[in-house]
Amino acid sequence: MVEDFVIETKGLRRNFISKERGGKKVVEAVKGIDLTVRRGEIFGFLGPNGAGKSTTQKMLSTLLQPTGGEAKVLGYDLVKQQEQIRQNVGCVSQTGGADLASTGLENLVLQAQLYGLNISTAKKYAAEFVERFQMSSFIERPASSYSGGQKRRLDVALGMIQHPRLLLLDEPTSGLDPQSRAYLWEQIKNLKAEGVTIFLTTQYMDEADKLCDTIAIIDNGKIIVTGTPGELKSNVGGDMIVFGFPSEEITRNAETLLTKIRPESIQTKNNLVYLYTQNGERVMPDLLRFLDAKNLEVQSIMSSKPSLDDVFLKYTGRSLREDDGRR
Amino acid sequence: MKMLHETRLMFIRNMQHTLRNPVFIFVSMFQPLLYLLLFMPLLNGLGGVPGLPSGKTVEVFIPGLLVMQALFGSAFVGFSLIDDIRTGVIERFLVTPVKRSAILLGRVLRDAVVLLMQCILITLVAIPFGLSVNVGGFLLSLLLYALIGVTMASISYGFALIYKIEDPLAPTLNTITLPVSLLSGIILPLALAPIWLQDLAKINPFSYAVDAVRALFVGNFQNVEIVEGFAIISALAILLFLWGLRSLKKMAS
Repeated sequence: MVEDFVIETKGLRRNFISKERGGKKVVEAVKGIDLTVRRGEIFGFLGPNGAGKSTTQKMLSTLLQPTGGEAKVLGYDLVKQQEQIRQNVGCVSQTGGADLASTGLENLVLQAQLYGLNISTAKKYAAEFVERFQMSSFIERPASSYSGGQKRRLDVALGMIQHPRLLLLDEPTSGLDPQSRAYLWEQIKNLKAEGVTIFLTTQYMDEADKLCDTIAIIDNGKIIVTGTPGELKSNVGGDMIVFGFPSEEITRNAETLLTKIRPESIQTKNNLVYLYTQNGERVMPDLLRFLDAKNLEVQSIMSSKPSLDDVFLKYTGRSLREDDGRR
Repeated sequence: MKMLHETRLMFIRNMQHTLRNPVFIFVSMFQPLLYLLLFMPLLNGLGGVPGLPSGKTVEVFIPGLLVMQALFGSAFVGFSLIDDIRTGVIERFLVTPVKRSAILLGRVLRDAVVLLMQCILITLVAIPFGLSVNVGGFLLSLLLYALIGVTMASISYGFALIYKIEDPLAPTLNTITLPVSLLSGIILPLALAPIWLQDLAKINPFSYAVDAVRALFVGNFQNVEIVEGFAIISALAILLFLWGLRSLKKMAS
């Protein structure tokens, strides 16, 4: 195995048995996935609810046994060397897992002790994270009194109290207000700067786009595409330019004329003409001059880069946004 | 060594939770105290029937009552575990290298300690009601109550880990605790029962525990029922602890 791969999976699978009327049914939650996560990167695991993201993360953190396939995490075998993986991999689950009746500090110290640290080191590590995530104003109160953002900070601190080399984060920002989200993103970037590899599970495209070096998009238990955010987006077919016209007639004429010069990538909807092209910002002035020369009045013009949603749309035929609450 | 240290950590964590609301230690003593105040006086009038020597009804009733406390007081501890499962606390423990057995042992030991506090308090309350007890026998009986507590708590945690939700837990536990307590001769001695009921009680392990603690309370150390009671309940406690542990490991599998 190449030293630089922190996570390497081959055909990793997980089935669940669900009891339904008329007998048991096998549900394939993860249908054989191949992942390689490089040392020091933020690896985004992007997909809609129920795609198999959390199941994969639970397998990687030894909480679930794989049904099949193999995986190495930090060079340790996922099935045979669970003890070493547990010691060295940090993990923050979707629910977090802070003990609400206890104070944040009690939570942190106990968690550090569970990793085998003695009490003085445990207290030292806890203090470090209190400082790092600016939690001193609330850390001695019971966690039940925390705001969403405060609790999330505690959750993340709990997940990495032992200073792991690899941190698994399961939807760390879901349900947070924009400020808390931005704060957490900042902290995740800082961790990367310190050399921690981060496996970030998310259903937010903007999050994956902003933070991640590599993204794997998972849908229905399968990885549909992997690449850098840039690569994924350029696969979609370039930038989008939208012209707005004052009337239906002009729109139709414009469409006819534009189709002649760019027949392969044009769509019309509500007096808007959508055009997909490489180098949108360079093509735009030419097109504008062309329409002007034909005496077609352009009311508005907009150019946008493709988003990861467009990537998801291209590979699955569905929008990631529409998929919310599918399961 | 590691196991011992981790069990201690988990025990302290759970004990802190209990001591945060110590009033519940007393709340769950309410039922046996009611039996002591409102039911035991009825027995005094019955003294002289088989299994209930006259003038000795308190010595027969109180050790059984403590078995009842051990059965019912420990049976519902699983609810606290469901809360910890739902909030992700158990998962957070499971991603660490901590021994799975330490997670469960730290809990059942806490439950046993709480139970023993309750048993001692109930016994003290019973003294003004005429209880005279052999001190050595009483101290030895505490071990048996603790083992019953471990047994019931393990059952409770085992089902909590299987169900992961509250709704089916209470009916399941009631279905277990009610028959085993009725078939233990706690309220009235089984000597009064028809033969078929006595035979049925013989397959109930807790009836041996009741016989054993009654012998211990009066200091009848030669009684073979004491050894029987300890042997049966120890085996049961170990067996059900291992079953609970299996459920915990299964949760992460």
